[in-house]
Amino acid sequence: MNVKSNLYRKEKIYGFLFILPPLLGLLIFTLYPMIYSIYGSFTDWDGLGQMNFIGLSNFKDLWSDELFHKALFNTLFMMLGIPIGITLALLLALGLNRGVPGTTAFRVIYYVPVISSLAAVSIMWNWAYNGDYGLVNQFLDLFGISGPNWMANKYTVKPALIIMAVWKGLGYTMLLYLAALQSVSRSYYEAAELDGANGFKSFWHITWPMVRPVTFFIIVTNIIGGSQIFTEMNIMTPTGGPEYASASVVFYIWQKAFGNFQMGYASAMAVFLGVFIFVVTLIQFRMNEKQSFDVD
Amino acid sequence: MNMTSRRRVTHSIIFVLLLIGAVFMIGPLLWMLSTSFKDKQDVFALPPVWIPRPFHFDKYSEIWEAGPLLSGIKNSLIIAVTVTIVGTFTSSLAAFSFAKLRFPGKNKIFLLMLSSLMIPYPAVMIPQFFMFSKLGWIDTLLPLIVPGLFGNIVMIFFLRQYLSSVPNAIIEAAKIDGSSYFRLYSSITFPLIKPAVAAQLILWFMGIWNDYLSPIIYLNSPEKQTLQLVIANFNATYAIQTDYPLIMAASIIALLPMLIIFLVFQKQIIESVAISGVKG
Repeated sequence: MNVKSNLYRKEKIYGFLFILPPLLGLLIFTLYPMIYSIYGSFTDWDGLGQMNFIGLSNFKDLWSDELFHKALFNTLFMMLGIPIGITLALLLALGLNRGVPGTTAFRVIYYVPVISSLAAVSIMWNWAYNGDYGLVNQFLDLFGISGPNWMANKYTVKPALIIMAVWKGLGYTMLLYLAALQSVSRSYYEAAELDGANGFKSFWHITWPMVRPVTFFIIVTNIIGGSQIFTEMNIMTPTGGPEYASASVVFYIWQKAFGNFQMGYASAMAVFLGVFIFVVTLIQFRMNEKQSFDVD
Repeated sequence: MNMTSRRRVTHSIIFVLLLIGAVFMIGPLLWMLSTSFKDKQDVFALPPVWIPRPFHFDKYSEIWEAGPLLSGIKNSLIIAVTVTIVGTFTSSLAAFSFAKLRFPGKNKIFLLMLSSLMIPYPAVMIPQFFMFSKLGWIDTLLPLIVPGLFGNIVMIFFLRQYLSSVPNAIIEAAKIDGSSYFRLYSSITFPLIKPAVAAQLILWFMGIWNDYLSPIIYLNSPEKQTLQLVIANFNATYAIQTDYPLIMAASIIALLPMLIIFLVFQKQIIESVAISGVKG
């Protein structure tokens, strides 16, 4: 008995010791800065002088800041790429799941943009969107369409960034769907076929519900990722684009914090972003709970 | 039409559609590669030239003088290698503890860590910047290295899940034999989870290599910058001179290492990504 309790005491100590580094990392590099961000958002922090408490003033300013509204609208608008990407990725995964020749090669090819450096592909797409010599307009020329100067036009800059984002992320989403499809048992389809269900019916009643957890996962991670979009605009439109039409929230935070040293104001935006992501994740958890009730 | 020939027709249609899609996925990257071999005038040729005649390799020798590309590679390597090696050790040790050891508050701490994944980097980057600025670490690689040494919560989560398939009996038996807790980790658990560790390590390495936001905050002087910043500066500098072959050559250099790693380890990477998605 004594030996056992002694063993357990040792296990307690070592168990805690082994998780200490990540726990300390969490406290020092995430929780403490987060609390500081929240505190900073209520101050006129400029990074140099004293931090004076100014209440909700920063948030009131956000409410009437036209550039912030633009950045927020742009960020949300670019999330239109999420349903486009999901649809294309699911179609691709369905195609690949039928065991056509070259499946492995296709998987690799579609995944290459995912592992490619975002900075490098941003540079490449920026050049591809060039109005006169870019690859995109030369391609459109084949169909007799004369394309715009994509990045310099406030109406095309966001669609251009959406196309690029879909291209970049498609392989990842496709891979998740492919893994999900492969875990759906064939017997469901066989039973449906016996019942006389056609291809679309068995997709709608079997495949789509079965991949629903993955769809949720993709939507949530994409919204979280999409709300933090930054690198593309920083490289492709360093000034925020025509009439600030491509600036994102993080782009604006970055500009305010490290360009204008309005740390308090930038913190308020960062807190706003954090709350947004928290709410999105919360909704997902709620929906997942509901879903498991459905299954029961 | 009978069943098999109908299936053959649908297969062929799907194959062709996938092929067209593949052209769109890889086309822009091939165009980037082809541009890097062109001379400055060919870049503006209409219709576009896909296979440059002749091939110019001189941009690939020119880029090393045109900007601090070599020090960019070196800095990126220092950060990524240090963080992934030390961070993988701390992460896997913690995953072992979370999965196989008993201590009070374990599950609460684990949940706390998981929920911290919801906190986006932009929400903490401003105070972090001031922490490191007080330490005098701005324009050094330290702010990009030190936080990673403490481990990676995604990796801990993934390895903990993976460890649940390792039977407790092996560990219990070794415990009774009087093996130390660190030995339980190093000579029993770690060898068993090596493939999962490798896949996670590669994914993390790629993430650090391709990171842009944190380096741009901390690094100012050209010789301190990571590769991603260096090529972004190439773009800003040489686009005015319309030297696209040079820019594209530098970008290819930034892509190539990850592309090679991916092609070598594609099976493990794809599996690891697929598992983490399906299990949520």
